[in-house]
Amino acid sequence: MTFNMKISAAAIALAVGVSGTLLAEQAKAQDAGQYVPGTVYRSGPYAPGGIPWANGYADYFKLLNERDGGIGGVPIIYEECDTAYSNDKGVECYEKMKNQGPTGASVFQPLSTGITYALIDRVKADEIPMITSGLGRADASDGTVFPWVFTLPVTYWAGADAIVQYIDQQEEGSLDGKTIALVYHDSAYGKEPINTLEYLAEKHGFKLELFPVAHPGLEQKATWLKIGRQIRPDWTIMWGWGVMNSTAIKEAAAVGYPMDRFIGNWWAGSEVDVKAAGGVSKGYLSAQFHGAGEDFKVLDDVKKHLVEKDLNAGPDEEVGDILYNRGLISAVFTAEGIAKAQEKYGQKPLTGEQIRWGIENINLDEARLEELGLTGLLDPVKLSCADHEGGGSVIIQQWDGENWKPVSDWISPARDEYLRDMYEKSAADYAAEKGIEPRDCSKES
Amino acid sequence: MLYREAGQFKTSYAKDWAIFPIAQDRIVVLGFLAIAFIAIPVLSSEYFLATILMPFLVMSMAAIGLNLLTGYAGQLSLGTGGFMATGAFAAYKLSTMFPGMPIEAVFLLSGVVAAFVGILFGIPSLRIKGFYLAVATLAAQFFLLWLFNKVGWFTNYSTSGVISAPPRTILFTDIYVTGPEASVTAKYLFALTLVAILALAAKNLVRSSIGRRWMAIRDMDIAAEIIGIKPLQTKLSAFAISSFYCGVAGAMWAFLYTGSVEPLAFDINRSFQVLFMIIIGGLGSILGSFLGAGFIIALPILLTNAPHLLGLNIPVDVISHVEYMIFGALIIFFLIVEPHGLARLWQILKEKLRLWPFPH
Repeated sequence: MTFNMKISAAAIALAVGVSGTLLAEQAKAQDAGQYVPGTVYRSGPYAPGGIPWANGYADYFKLLNERDGGIGGVPIIYEECDTAYSNDKGVECYEKMKNQGPTGASVFQPLSTGITYALIDRVKADEIPMITSGLGRADASDGTVFPWVFTLPVTYWAGADAIVQYIDQQEEGSLDGKTIALVYHDSAYGKEPINTLEYLAEKHGFKLELFPVAHPGLEQKATWLKIGRQIRPDWTIMWGWGVMNSTAIKEAAAVGYPMDRFIGNWWAGSEVDVKAAGGVSKGYLSAQFHGAGEDFKVLDDVKKHLVEKDLNAGPDEEVGDILYNRGLISAVFTAEGIAKAQEKYGQKPLTGEQIRWGIENINLDEARLEELGLTGLLDPVKLSCADHEGGGSVIIQQWDGENWKPVSDWISPARDEYLRDMYEKSAADYAAEKGIEPRDCSKES
Repeated sequence: MLYREAGQFKTSYAKDWAIFPIAQDRIVVLGFLAIAFIAIPVLSSEYFLATILMPFLVMSMAAIGLNLLTGYAGQLSLGTGGFMATGAFAAYKLSTMFPGMPIEAVFLLSGVVAAFVGILFGIPSLRIKGFYLAVATLAAQFFLLWLFNKVGWFTNYSTSGVISAPPRTILFTDIYVTGPEASVTAKYLFALTLVAILALAAKNLVRSSIGRRWMAIRDMDIAAEIIGIKPLQTKLSAFAISSFYCGVAGAMWAFLYTGSVEPLAFDINRSFQVLFMIIIGGLGSILGSFLGAGFIIALPILLTNAPHLLGLNIPVDVISHVEYMIFGALIIFFLIVEPHGLARLWQILKEKLRLWPFPH
């Protein structure tokens, strides 16, 4: 046996041996508490956006443990798994974490539309609720077809509607003959708003131009030459994520497209995006479903209980950033679902099925928001068996070079007018394709 | 001592032609099949089945497909992801257009659709070779994904472009193998059966006249042509059969593994992944396809979970980065010590075993 042979044989033996022992050893016993899985991405192409979100999400549970001793006296066991924004890794994380803790995973929040799609069947089979805050399938707002999926507080369709409402306000109620361009990430995520915008284009009489951008979005020269030199749309909407956003802002500036007519959705409107693009991004608009900045009571608590004791997950200056706040809001939804479920099932670690009831009965009204220190950060949300979106609102914010400043009031998407019908129709198609019998919400308690 | 064929006489042609002429090999293979079909479903956890063995089986299938084309017929291809996507979308269209079609037929027909697409994109191989052909097959990769992204018909006009597997049962039973009701064990056994049958078929194909024609073309196409092998049929048959396997693998990915899929899942990285599998596993070896898939699929997952299972509390981002580093180092290590792949390592081991314990 040559030397090389010996080395490689030893390497293989070692690899096989180690993996054998690792697989044999099952998950260790966990302390008593409510297990909350965090499917986050701190690596991969979208990590710059994923990290602040993950820190906000983790910090809120840590805050609950530090300040209140958990939820209703039940400590939160929070654990992360890195998905790298890849669907197969996301599935791997889900399968690994779903049965952890004393009662299994409470709620999954995948933070990726692709992973959401991959998990929809699985959460149903495993009876674990999934919250997709401002992402995922819009038609999952129909709780009769998607009992396990929640889209609070807004969906992409609702976001697209709110953006067009804002544009309509700016154009003083007449969009007839105008041109609106949509620059979107060419994936499941980016395509979500298209049908809403097509509907609105027909209704208001504006012309919709579509510009898909291939993943990861570094090459947009041709797109922006066409937008800036040829079509010159009155408004441009962007559904981007990661490095695509700052690239688009830079390219838009390069062709002289006015920033105050360029609106990103909430994934295309964080400090990461505008700071990476530099000074040219001043005036850029973005739609959000929560406030920006750190002047909120809950963030004071984060500073008092976490930052001062150096317990926060990320850098201190990150607290108050858009994506950090969003991670925190998302954690509030999970925590509120657990708190609500405890009212019915008692203060102990609960199962996914019990928490699903809790999320379905979330009622974050002004009083409750004040109690949680969220006033101004979030608009009221109230869910029901059939309505898994909860009627959240959207606010348009503008980057002034230093901070995000609101430039509109809370805009309520036109759900009653047409969005709800679109959700229900799309969900019904899905139910027919998958052979799902929609549940009867009048029989739910 | 253990592995010696002394005393095993081949007294008929059939015995001489057997896939595994040595009795010990047969025992090992049957043993592996018994473990895979009986012991693993009974003993292993759902996590192990769903997240390690399922992608391993799916990617083994894709690796066999590419190995037939690149390892046996010598046609370098970077279109694997595109052909897998074709299989996935064909399976989706077939099963939603004809809800009564048995799922077995869906899988095989989606492979057939991919085969036809493969022939189409194999045509340039008649004129160009090597790296140039690899670049030409990139067209398949990008065109096919663009097509599935662009044309709503392929996704039944889903707003997001994501397809998801409708629930279907195995023929003549009510055991679900796709959709939310399907158990992981059922999916695993279904995938395993598909892979076992098609791997056996591949093994026999490469020992038959068609496989020998592929190898002749691979080793020297002009010489092969002179002795009467038609390059057109041979190359296109390699593309067709390879794409069939990749198509079935794509359908398995969408229907059995993740349950839903968007074209992005089959992007260029998937093609590279399969190519690396066969390079590390061993070009021109069916066993190598499995070894390579195991190395590329299972090892990163084990590396990610290792610190946690060892009780170390390392942040997830550090784990992810360490995983890339160790994995990259291992690839380089194996390519240096054994450039012919893991399958060659196994072959050398067998040679050594025959002499053991008295090496000379």
